[in-house]
Amino acid sequence: MTTRRVFRFLDSRTGGGSVLGKALRYVFPDHWTFLFGEIAMYTFLILVATGTYLALFYEPSTAQVVYHGAYAPLRGQEMSTAYASAVDLSFEVQAGLLIRQVHHWAADVFLAAITVHLMRIFFTGAFRKPRDVNYYVGLTMLVLAVVEGYVGYSLLDDLLSGMGLAIGNAVALSVPVIGGQLGSLIWGGRFPGAPNFFGRLFFVHVFVLPILIATLMAVHLVLIATPRHTQFRGRGRGERNVLGTPMWPAYALRSLGLFFATTAVLFALGGLVQINPIWQWGPYEPWLGTNGAQPDWYLGWLIGALRLMPSFDVVIGNYTLVPNPFWGGVAFPGLIFGFLYLWPTIERRWTGDRRAHNLLDRPRDNPTRTAVGAAVFSLVATVFFAGAADRAFVQFGVPYEDQLWGYRALTVLAPIVVFFLTRALARRLRESGAHPARDSGARLVERPGAISRPTSGRS
Amino acid sequence: MRNLWRWIVAGLVLRLSKKREVHREVDLPADPGAETWTAALLFAAALAGLAFVAIYAFDDADTQLLGLSIAAALALIAAALILAAVRVVPQETLEEERPRFADPYRDEENREDAVEGAALSFREGTDGVTRRRLLGAAGAAAGVGLGAAALAPLASLGPAVGDRLAASPWKAGVHLVDENDLPVKASDLEVGSFLTAFAKGADKGELATPLVVVRVKPEELELPAERADWAPEGILAFSKICTHAQCAISLFRYPLFAERSPGPALVCPCHYSTFDVLDGGERIFGPAVRPLPQLPLRIEAGELVAAGPLSGAVGASWSRVREEG
Ligand code: FES
Repeated sequence: MTTRRVFRFLDSRTGGGSVLGKALRYVFPDHWTFLFGEIAMYTFLILVATGTYLALFYEPSTAQVVYHGAYAPLRGQEMSTAYASAVDLSFEVQAGLLIRQVHHWAADVFLAAITVHLMRIFFTGAFRKPRDVNYYVGLTMLVLAVVEGYVGYSLLDDLLSGMGLAIGNAVALSVPVIGGQLGSLIWGGRFPGAPNFFGRLFFVHVFVLPILIATLMAVHLVLIATPRHTQFRGRGRGERNVLGTPMWPAYALRSLGLFFATTAVLFALGGLVQINPIWQWGPYEPWLGTNGAQPDWYLGWLIGALRLMPSFDVVIGNYTLVPNPFWGGVAFPGLIFGFLYLWPTIERRWTGDRRAHNLLDRPRDNPTRTAVGAAVFSLVATVFFAGAADRAFVQFGVPYEDQLWGYRALTVLAPIVVFFLTRALARRLRESGAHPARDSGARLVERPGAISRPTSGRS
Repeated sequence: MRNLWRWIVAGLVLRLSKKREVHREVDLPADPGAETWTAALLFAAALAGLAFVAIYAFDDADTQLLGLSIAAALALIAAALILAAVRVVPQETLEEERPRFADPYRDEENREDAVEGAALSFREGTDGVTRRRLLGAAGAAAGVGLGAAALAPLASLGPAVGDRLAASPWKAGVHLVDENDLPVKASDLEVGSFLTAFAKGADKGELATPLVVVRVKPEELELPAERADWAPEGILAFSKICTHAQCAISLFRYPLFAERSPGPALVCPCHYSTFDVLDGGERIFGPAVRPLPQLPLRIEAGELVAAGPLSGAVGASWSRVREEG
């Protein structure tokens, strides 16, 4: 009774009744791979909530202070106000360390969820028309999220974040022709930068990028809902319908459950598993460095690229056109993201398929696409692991230089090998009808004379 | 009085209902003079926008002039738009039905119609305009001018490069000091050891200030001829900032068994660029390209003093990094 009154009240003033009605009946096709995007979205909410809390304590200032706080080993040391406030937040604010660690874990999970979600979209062909525009929106969010994460952990001004900024500045300087000016603009002069640099970084981290991401996320959701969700092939499922659980009540409750589960995991991690203990790294000064420094995982592929790159600049006379960090810091990620942005167009041109698709492919249904995706992924993974070669050296004693040459060879070989292997495997699977993760292909019954069509993996 | 009011209302209703009969009343302007004026206003706006950029580029950009120029650009665009609205595009009266807050019926055909309709409405919006090209060019020019004016202030973020990226406190006679500003003595270093030093009186946070100072056996040195006297008693000083991506060089690899190991070298922990100490900082491994800048040293009363500037630019490479030194 009351519900109806409330709905009528709202509808007569906003006309939202039909929208609400539709939203409640909105159909979600069930598949476990659809959860990654949701996890990313929920993680973003947690990032905003925990970040708001952190912003109440953090001070974005490079003014030097002498530390007199709770952490004894640092007492008497000169450090920036930014770093001191982050250490204080960790030791002297009740629950401060918990929230900081949850925030950091959430950032790592956010990027991981987006990445896996992207792979799901790629390998199932969900980026095809009419969802190609939304795919670009999603990719852009990934780029922004990587930058947001980097800026975020740079804010703490501990030794590791300072080293990360030094490298970031070198990458900015390495942009051909305008690099010197670009670096000077962003940093307000030469590295380590003008006193107001941290204020800028902070503003970008807590305002500019989050608003961009949130806006794109809203667009992303609208563009998901407008053509409705994609679905895998299956009984009763076609291009023109969508079969699944309606939003209310089952899906809403399930999804809310996922939200709380995600939050629970993040808070458990934040409470139990230490991450980025900045008090151990100490404050940053340009003349300080530490061995074995590793960035957050989502930048591992970039440090790998910087390390793998052979030593050369493009120099004309005494004009340095392309300084070395450009290759690993700009060209390599540019290439990978360029590929991702262009892929829908490439595939459309190459297959001539301009139709809209609402049914998903299983990876095996399109062996070439799957093989290309796997090859690119193997390239990124190789470079990523190359970034951890120093760790392997310390842990297993494999000489660093040998590893480096091995990885250089792998960046060429792995994609080729992976491409052909994956394609062959996908073709075989498609023909046999077997499911790699289930017992056998014995389920498929081929009727004589009938053309064998791939059937749903769900039974 | 009340009657009069009724008449007015009735008249209004009548007028409104009359309009309902006519779906679209269009009054084609065909006023080339107005079009020329619109274009002129837009071009003027472009000029005003560029004037803003020009004023901005002057060192002491005058606030009044800046404000005036950008305001002029915006006002000219506003004038052009208003003029276009009343004199250039068709004046029409159109009636639309209010949405009934219900799900509008949609199917493929309707959607095609909608697209066609939208395209048609868009085209009809400029019925009667004769100088489309001119107006288009003027609009683009105004866009460029205003865009330039909008982006120019980004340059305020940082200073022009100038010689900032090459600044260095090191020149002949500058003393080396440690973290506590105490002079660095030759006797502070043993063969195989290294320490961090700074320019006396300089800001330690400046990129070119910190040095890494190492000591090797003088007879091992293989310095180029022109640097023969840069390393008194086998003590060498290099910029501590890696020429690859500006991390601090924090490892000194000094071989204990010279026969079997590579020579003494400085290693950067970020991407493992390695610089040969004996021949004056040449790169022997890793992604760095330029050698580590070396500082010529001399010893005065047992203390280390710079005998000249650094041999090259400190920090990461950029387009003009090889023009200095
Ligand atoms: S910063 Fe030294 S190797 Fe890259």
